[in-house]
Amino acid sequence: MRRLAAIGVLALVLVPAARPAGDVTRGEHLYGRYCLACHGANGEGRNETAQKRFGPPLRGVGALSADFYLRTGYMPLRQAGEQPRRSRVLFDEQQIEDLVAYVASLGPGPPIPKPRPERGSLSDGQRLFTSHCAGCHQVVAQGGYLTAAIAPPLEDATATQVAQAIRIGPYVMPRFTTRDLSPQQVDSIVRYVEWAKSPDDRGGWGIGHIGPVPEGLVTWFLGATVLVAACVVLGRRLRRE
Amino acid sequence: MSSVRAFLLAALALLLGRRRRPRPLRPGERERLVVPPPPDNARAELLAIGLLLASAACGIAFVVVYVLDRLPAHTQLLGLSLGLAFTFLAAALTVTAKRLVVTEELEDDYPENEHPDEQERIVQVVHESGLTRRRLFVVALGAATGSIGVALLAPVASLGPAIHMARFYLTPWRRGTRLVDEQGRPLRADQIEEKTFYTAFPEGADKESLGSPIVVVRLRPDQLDLPSDNAGFDASGIVAFSKICTHAGCAIALYRAPLFEPTDPRPALVCPCHYSTFDPATGGSVIFGPAGRKLPMLPLQVDARGFLRAQGNFDSPVGPSWWGVRLKGPTS
Amino acid sequence: MIRGLVRFIDQRTGTAPLLRKSLRYLFPDHWSFLLGEVALYAFIVLVGTGIYLTFFYEDSTARVVYHGPYVPLQGQEMTQAYRSVLDLSTTVKAGLLIRQTHHWAANVFIAAIVLHLMRVFFTGAYRKPRELTYWIGVTMLTAALLEGYLGYSLADDLLSGMGLAIGYAVAMSIPFVGANLAALIWDGPFPGSHAFFPRMYIVHVLVIPVLIGTLLAVHLALVALKHHTQFRQGPRESERKLVGVPTVPGQAPRSLGLFAIVAGVLFLLGGLVQINPIWLWGPYHTYDATNGAQPDWYLGWLIGALRITPSFDVTIGGYTLVPNPFWGGALLPLVFFAFLYLWPWLERRLTGDDAYHNLLERPRDAPLRTAIGYAVMSLVFLVFLAGSADRVDVMFGLSYSAQIWLYRVLFFAGPVIAALLAYRTCVELQRGEQLHRRRKLAERAARTARGRA
Repeated sequence: MRRLAAIGVLALVLVPAARPAGDVTRGEHLYGRYCLACHGANGEGRNETAQKRFGPPLRGVGALSADFYLRTGYMPLRQAGEQPRRSRVLFDEQQIEDLVAYVASLGPGPPIPKPRPERGSLSDGQRLFTSHCAGCHQVVAQGGYLTAAIAPPLEDATATQVAQAIRIGPYVMPRFTTRDLSPQQVDSIVRYVEWAKSPDDRGGWGIGHIGPVPEGLVTWFLGATVLVAACVVLGRRLRRE
Repeated sequence: MSSVRAFLLAALALLLGRRRRPRPLRPGERERLVVPPPPDNARAELLAIGLLLASAACGIAFVVVYVLDRLPAHTQLLGLSLGLAFTFLAAALTVTAKRLVVTEELEDDYPENEHPDEQERIVQVVHESGLTRRRLFVVALGAATGSIGVALLAPVASLGPAIHMARFYLTPWRRGTRLVDEQGRPLRADQIEEKTFYTAFPEGADKESLGSPIVVVRLRPDQLDLPSDNAGFDASGIVAFSKICTHAGCAIALYRAPLFEPTDPRPALVCPCHYSTFDPATGGSVIFGPAGRKLPMLPLQVDARGFLRAQGNFDSPVGPSWWGVRLKGPTS
Repeated sequence: MIRGLVRFIDQRTGTAPLLRKSLRYLFPDHWSFLLGEVALYAFIVLVGTGIYLTFFYEDSTARVVYHGPYVPLQGQEMTQAYRSVLDLSTTVKAGLLIRQTHHWAANVFIAAIVLHLMRVFFTGAYRKPRELTYWIGVTMLTAALLEGYLGYSLADDLLSGMGLAIGYAVAMSIPFVGANLAALIWDGPFPGSHAFFPRMYIVHVLVIPVLIGTLLAVHLALVALKHHTQFRQGPRESERKLVGVPTVPGQAPRSLGLFAIVAGVLFLLGGLVQINPIWLWGPYHTYDATNGAQPDWYLGWLIGALRITPSFDVTIGGYTLVPNPFWGGALLPLVFFAFLYLWPWLERRLTGDDAYHNLLERPRDAPLRTAIGYAVMSLVFLVFLAGSADRVDVMFGLSYSAQIWLYRVLFFAGPVIAALLAYRTCVELQRGEQLHRRRKLAERAARTARGRA
């Protein structure tokens, strides 16, 4: 018994004290105000075409999903059916904790991941990101288009959010379970994404890291403009009769 | 009175208006060919010299930076120094052009439009040479040079298999070929999850060959709506397609996997080059974008130990279309 | 000292008369006549930096595993070609500077040719007797486009590899002979045999540069033989009389100054603005792709055309007559260049003007030419813009599919509207000048009348 208590105390001490503990009751109140309309009572989900009420069920999505959607501002969604995008975060820290605690209580689900990018391999991350992610997010995470959706650029994504998105597969993003991408591989991908926020620009001004389009703009608006100006300085203008 | 005034005015006009005769040349001196330069412009000359010295300094700086290769932003410093060296030189030359040398505006004649006499002479020479009259000779000469020209071109055909197009239908897949991932590990049916995608290759084959890479996804049986040509191509909902887009050959590296089906777009394989979009549920048909041909589908089966294998080759040739792409199926 | 040098040359070559004529050869003076020179100097920088790059590049597609200093690619499989470019960019002193300068020079070279072409077209410089010069110029533009494409494809990075696959698909799409042609070029189906990269390399470093160099020499010789065209700026210029600045001392410092500023801008760009960072893209594999992949700007019109073409292959029974990429990837550029080549002849038919011309016209003085030229330009530009629709969606949220439909409509409506606008503008500008001249005459008449009174 004492050993159990000791372990319990140890666990409490070891859990990082940074985050305020979430209150499930307060979370339920917030849920009622902001989430119930689309996600239904007790997170059972809604799929009513007539009333245009749509929202996936939240049972079993766990703290991982709730934390992701709330901290990015993906939720609350303005209009059901449109793609959730990073936007204003409606809630303060305590409210987020409360809502996360409530959603986590709806059913057993994955906890908030703790990726360790420093343990990942940058070159593994580059390879994994290229083969799994670059098709949508672009090879240095500048984002991209796919039919009827946008894969956002990742410069604002925290390490935790990257790990969360990998496991959730929000909107139309594929979902990679621990069997598809192990925690070590996720560490490497997170490390790569962090690195891609300021990649190796040994060649100079990176001009957006998306390749030939900004290069063409520089060619015309910088290069050609300066050289045409040089021609005008060195040559003569047309004399008006 | 007016006639005297007129006479005086005329004399004045004659005296003043008469052109200054150029002074006679001294012995040994030649007439100027170039208009005399503008009066000494010391400021401009100093400026030009300053710019040239700046250019020289930048040139030296380039060599110094080159040697000191541990400097940060090395490429930027190299470019800056060499670029400025040229730019200062350009500025110096501009000052020279505008201030130090004279810009004359001279007249000259355009050359003759043509030379009809010479043209006539040429035609005459050719005619008088006697060759033009010998018709048969000229024709034979033309035939000889023409056929030699064609003969010289013939070896171009050795550049590639341009006559026998069999290799365009060839893929490494055949009945029983096992699916492996990029590292060569075989794929198990039970490791294929929904809402995600896998890139796979035929075991033992060259991964870069266009017929090799496939994309594997799992759909629920209620989502599948395969046409009769593709009946039975799935392995309990696991379907596989060529990863090479039938439009222009890019890898189809996007999978649109809806999280919440009532509102999100349906599952689709999308190519990032021109956004050709293929529907895996209906056997790879085109639902958006410029591709003119469906995505080739690979029939799958699960072997006794649970590994994914091909039942046979794709249902149509892989890669971008060409004239023969619908004439027959792929070969192994 | 100069006397000694001149004597040496004349004694051994006999070219003193020619040299003296060249020293006083006249250059008509207008800033837009310098655009061709900008292209020439960019070409010289290209050849100089290009020769340096050939000492480091390996044209082999043999697979190796990277163990160099660039961490994100360590342990990854790549071709020797890619690795040689990666090594040049990361380990060779000044290697990245020369590589980037070379690539910027290629982009600026083609931009300068386009500006020069626009000047030549809209002022009528291509008319008799200068059609040959013009055709040679258009051929150099075609060669330059291909040369640039091959050049950046040699690096075998992810972006350019995707571009090569698309080029292959366009070749394949040519009716009847497409696949056979592709098989010849690639030595089999894509990605081709180990002979393909060496072929690209030799075409890029020998065949096309020699072609462009030779054409350039003939082009310049023709310009010199017939003398440069000129604007009528005063009473002295005419179809028979040329007014200009002699090589020495007036023109030489300007041309040399222009050379220096072109080199300066290119080296500044080469050092300060990153271009084609192949280490960020990673090596090419046929089974990899990235979003947002684009060709270099001068081929952007082709990706736009490929994207807006609706989905169809033209088939007759089982025979695929016209695969989809043909329209945007092959037919559009074919028609565009055919228009450029045929235009001098077409204009002669439309206007009946078969005379020699040494004088240039301002764009407003030839409304038909300006309208048609502007229409063709806007077509190319609209198609070019269409290629950016995906990034516009990502950045500004404008629906991609809506943009594609808009560009499809603009493809047909845009050039017509552009032609009408240009024509009206020319006519109005001319009328404005006529009015101005009539007013001046009237004012002068009024003044003399007042004077007499």
